[in-house]
Amino acid sequence: MSLFDHSIKELEGKLHNKEITVQDLVEESYKRIKEVDGEVHAFLTLDEENARRQAKELDESPDTSASLFGMPQGIKDNIVTKGLRTTCASQFLDNFHDPLYDATVIQKLANEKPITIGKLNMDEFAMGSSNENSSYTPTRNPWNTDHVPGGSSGGSAAAVAAGEVLYSLGSDTGGSIRQPAAFCGVVGMKPTYGRVSRFGLVAFASSLDQIGPITRSVEDNARVLEVIAGHDKMDATSANVDVPKYTDALTNDVKGLKIAVPKEYLAEGVNPEVKEAVMNALNVYESLGATWEEVSLPHSKYAVATYYILSSSEASANLARFDGVRYGVRTENADNMIDMFKNSRSEGFGQEVKRRIMLGTFALSSGYYDAYYKKAQKVRTLIKNDFDKIFEEYDVVIGPTTPTPAFKVGEKIDDPLTMYANDILTIPVNLAGVPGISIPCGFSNEGLPIGLQVIGKHFDESTVYRTAHAFEQATDFHTKRPQLGGSN
Amino acid sequence: MADISKEQVKHVAHLARLAVTEEEVEQLTKDLGAIIDYAEQLNELDTENVEPTTHVLEMKNVMRKDEARQWITQEEALKNAPDKKDGQFRVPSILTE
Repeated sequence: MSLFDHSIKELEGKLHNKEITVQDLVEESYKRIKEVDGEVHAFLTLDEENARRQAKELDESPDTSASLFGMPQGIKDNIVTKGLRTTCASQFLDNFHDPLYDATVIQKLANEKPITIGKLNMDEFAMGSSNENSSYTPTRNPWNTDHVPGGSSGGSAAAVAAGEVLYSLGSDTGGSIRQPAAFCGVVGMKPTYGRVSRFGLVAFASSLDQIGPITRSVEDNARVLEVIAGHDKMDATSANVDVPKYTDALTNDVKGLKIAVPKEYLAEGVNPEVKEAVMNALNVYESLGATWEEVSLPHSKYAVATYYILSSSEASANLARFDGVRYGVRTENADNMIDMFKNSRSEGFGQEVKRRIMLGTFALSSGYYDAYYKKAQKVRTLIKNDFDKIFEEYDVVIGPTTPTPAFKVGEKIDDPLTMYANDILTIPVNLAGVPGISIPCGFSNEGLPIGLQVIGKHFDESTVYRTAHAFEQATDFHTKRPQLGGSN
Repeated sequence: MADISKEQVKHVAHLARLAVTEEEVEQLTKDLGAIIDYAEQLNELDTENVEPTTHVLEMKNVMRKDEARQWITQEEALKNAPDKKDGQFRVPSILTE
């Protein structure tokens, strides 16, 4: 049994009773990392010395009231951490050892006194669904290391699933928190667009990106989001909307809850095992007093194309900042400025990042802007309207998080379109800007986790958490652990 | 329309400030062609009277006073730079002979 089988609340109690120390928690992390990270490859950078020093300080502190006091956390490597290497899993930032400031989420977390164990692996610049686009050794799925952990927050999900940290932060542009959470059997929340400040998140697609927590339980997830959510004057797109106490929403009561189940989310292409797990989950909800009906999100099938045009366009602009002047790696092969830009970028970026910059630059270029970029923005409106309409009548939308359980390493990497299609059930949520969570809802015959996606109205994370929590409490999928490196 | 030529790929690579080898041009021509072909499905939808969504939330311009404040020092700004001289970023010459 690992200390991380306990909830934050339970560990808080153990710290108060002096059953354990913060140093015990930190040692649990590093011990587990030494045991299993040679197989899992969830971490890119460890912050051992600092973490141990902070743990000692906290153990000597008389005030233990902070809400994440002493909890070992991991941070996706596209969230800037002052003085701690931040690479976005890109060779371009391999030498970015000394970022100048903390992202707003890191500052907010720091007020609640957790301990940062290290920075987590990902697809380069968050572009990918399998972690195979990491320019370092890609992360593997702790449930079966022949399989991918999902992406782009694959390291964040795998580290939590493998018991290397208690919780982590990821970022989600088209499913990058929920899809790896589903593949790794953990809880991953993408909040409403604007709920969490993006200041200090290395931008991929600014109109879609959101930071969110990955945890083992819904309760822990709600607790971490409470800390990181809220308006930030450093992010002009962060919403000035009150943050409720999400943990108060976990009432275990879903009587009368109205669930919409889009038929497009259980259509052909969704694996039968996944479908069965979702149908079983709907039965659980019925037994708890909720009702569900089949509905239609008719523009779902256009979401993937819309997403790749919009997100690549935004990425092509956002990644223009990587020019080899102020930070990052500069080429040694250039006599003039333009060649310096071109060669630094070409040497520093991986294949998928280049492909998306090219697609985005094309879609925004003169003569093609209206046909691709503007067209996609219009279809985005149709996709958003689909959700608005459903939410006039229903409290939540439920379906699978992914069409299949985790696929094998190497299975899809050579065909971008097959890889992109894997995000068909998560992408519409980002396009509409609504919140969505993935929670464990079953296992395939091969023993790989299956994720249930609960989608809510804008700024109604409370109902999403309440719905997810009631299912979790009625089932035991979230208590299962991967067998890896011996005991867990 | 979905046909994208190698010349176009080279032009886009220049706009994107990417150096591409002939081999990469070949691959990118194929990949971009396939993705753009796939995106053509959006043309099945009549969007004549649909407003584009740039942002999902009602966004207004966020204004603040333009006030000077301490953020980072010159030394800090330079510390991650690949090349610097006399307190400034150093880059290769822009004009070539």
